[in-house]
Amino acid sequence: MNPISHFDAHNAGDPLPPLEGHVSHGRLERILRAGEFAVTAELNPPDSADPTEVYERGAIFDGWVDGINATDGSGANCHMSSVGICALLTRVGYSPIMQISCRDHNRIAIQGNVLGAAAMGVNNILCLTGDGVQAGDQPGAKPVFDLDCMSLLRTVRQMRDDGMFLSGRKITAPPQVFLGAAINPFAPPYDFRPHRLAKKIEAGADFVQSQYCFDLPMLSRYMDQVRDMGLDEKCFILIGVGPLASAKAAKWIRSNVPGIHIPDTIIERLESAENQKMEGKKICIEMLQEIREMPGVSGAHVMAYRQEELVADIVYESGILKGRQPWKREANPGFEAVTEAVETVIEQIDQPIKPQEVVAAVSEEL
Amino acid sequence: MPKSAYQPAKASPVARSRAFYTIRLWSVRHSRGLERIYKLLANVFLKLHPFWNFVGYKRAEKPVVFVEKAVKGFLFDCRMCGQCALSDTGMSCPMNCPKSLRNGPCGGVRANGNCEVEPDMPCVWLEAWKGSRNMESGDNILKVQEPVNHSYRGSSSWLRVTAEDAARLKAEKQAALGENGVAP
Repeated sequence: MNPISHFDAHNAGDPLPPLEGHVSHGRLERILRAGEFAVTAELNPPDSADPTEVYERGAIFDGWVDGINATDGSGANCHMSSVGICALLTRVGYSPIMQISCRDHNRIAIQGNVLGAAAMGVNNILCLTGDGVQAGDQPGAKPVFDLDCMSLLRTVRQMRDDGMFLSGRKITAPPQVFLGAAINPFAPPYDFRPHRLAKKIEAGADFVQSQYCFDLPMLSRYMDQVRDMGLDEKCFILIGVGPLASAKAAKWIRSNVPGIHIPDTIIERLESAENQKMEGKKICIEMLQEIREMPGVSGAHVMAYRQEELVADIVYESGILKGRQPWKREANPGFEAVTEAVETVIEQIDQPIKPQEVVAAVSEEL
Repeated sequence: MPKSAYQPAKASPVARSRAFYTIRLWSVRHSRGLERIYKLLANVFLKLHPFWNFVGYKRAEKPVVFVEKAVKGFLFDCRMCGQCALSDTGMSCPMNCPKSLRNGPCGGVRANGNCEVEPDMPCVWLEAWKGSRNMESGDNILKVQEPVNHSYRGSSSWLRVTAEDAARLKAEKQAALGENGVAP
């Protein structure tokens, strides 16, 4: 029996029925609104055109996470696009969180992608500004940054709630997506960060995922301020964690990846450990357990870059799910349309198409 | 970390000394005074509305843009986006942000308060937050800004604001007249 069925019973394989007060049909929103501690993970996008690589990398998380983030050129490096990854993942019933970064697309492309993604069954969209092009492997690229994360949130919310493009043109079937944003409590100006979260909520964020947390005192100061402002009641806050592979890797990340704050104490602890990789995992598990008990926190986002195989183990050992089993793959809304189209194709594959008949059929419909 | 992991560019392609930002930083330190001057000037411009109307807003555009560009370019390194947000952003021009963020700092701000993209530049939004704390209407920084309209680029923000304010005042006046039962 499915342990989560106490708040949502439905046949496995059927699309999730819509729930009142929910903006999407997705499982992440259900988990969060049911008050469960959600776990999401990040898929390392392949540098390849082979779909099996995506499926292999997604299968690592099976049964341990409530959502898989499909990154959009993270760190300004070129990988398979988030739309492509989401297309593949939704086809086999995963529930991805599609990331959109403002670095590479202008508002026209972004709104088109949102519709396309929602049509494929993507239920969650994470709106990001994106790392600068200087951080990646192609620093000569033109940075777009037409929208910023805030106006992107507002744009997608307008598409969803008002059924309109940014221009005011009508959308016949609005994208039903759970809207996410990113927060980084670990970068200056520290006293502005909670206000920025308030702005993101005002712009439309339903949930937020944070940058890697390696500094719990700093996080709890931030969360104190967030709770004082009552922001934790208006939005679900997922804190990012991840295992560090070694002290050397930690130092490298600290100096080369924008926006990641790693205190010296963590690096010292890694250096003095016999097995640095195991110690990195241990630190991550301890962080998770602390975060699990922190008031105002609704979940964790586990980013184990190039150590994705550790995610299941970390979630299991930390015991943060407290016996709950995350959903496995299942059908997404929109599958029916695809199945129907495929059946029609198979039925009609041998029939020759006469242009005159096509024209006649269309004019009859009109 | 495997060797195949990406290596970010070692040095920023944009190499400027801190001296480049002296005046911009001065403006942020004096945000309160500049806010007063701005409000005063905006009032003068609004009073001149009949004059602008007489000359024609379109014809006034070129000389006003010339002055506006020189003044704001000197004080704020203005990029002439044509929809000035300076009074909402602590007198720190958001268009100088390499990601043209108009709603606050990204998560990449360095621990020393400098920009992720241009390591020698103090973060535009860190300055904006400081500047806004000194201003009377500094809490405008908490307002969610609209996306930039790129078709306004290079046009005068002063004239646009004046025209909009004048139109708003006119509408308010008409509404008040209508309420009193007098034909507008």
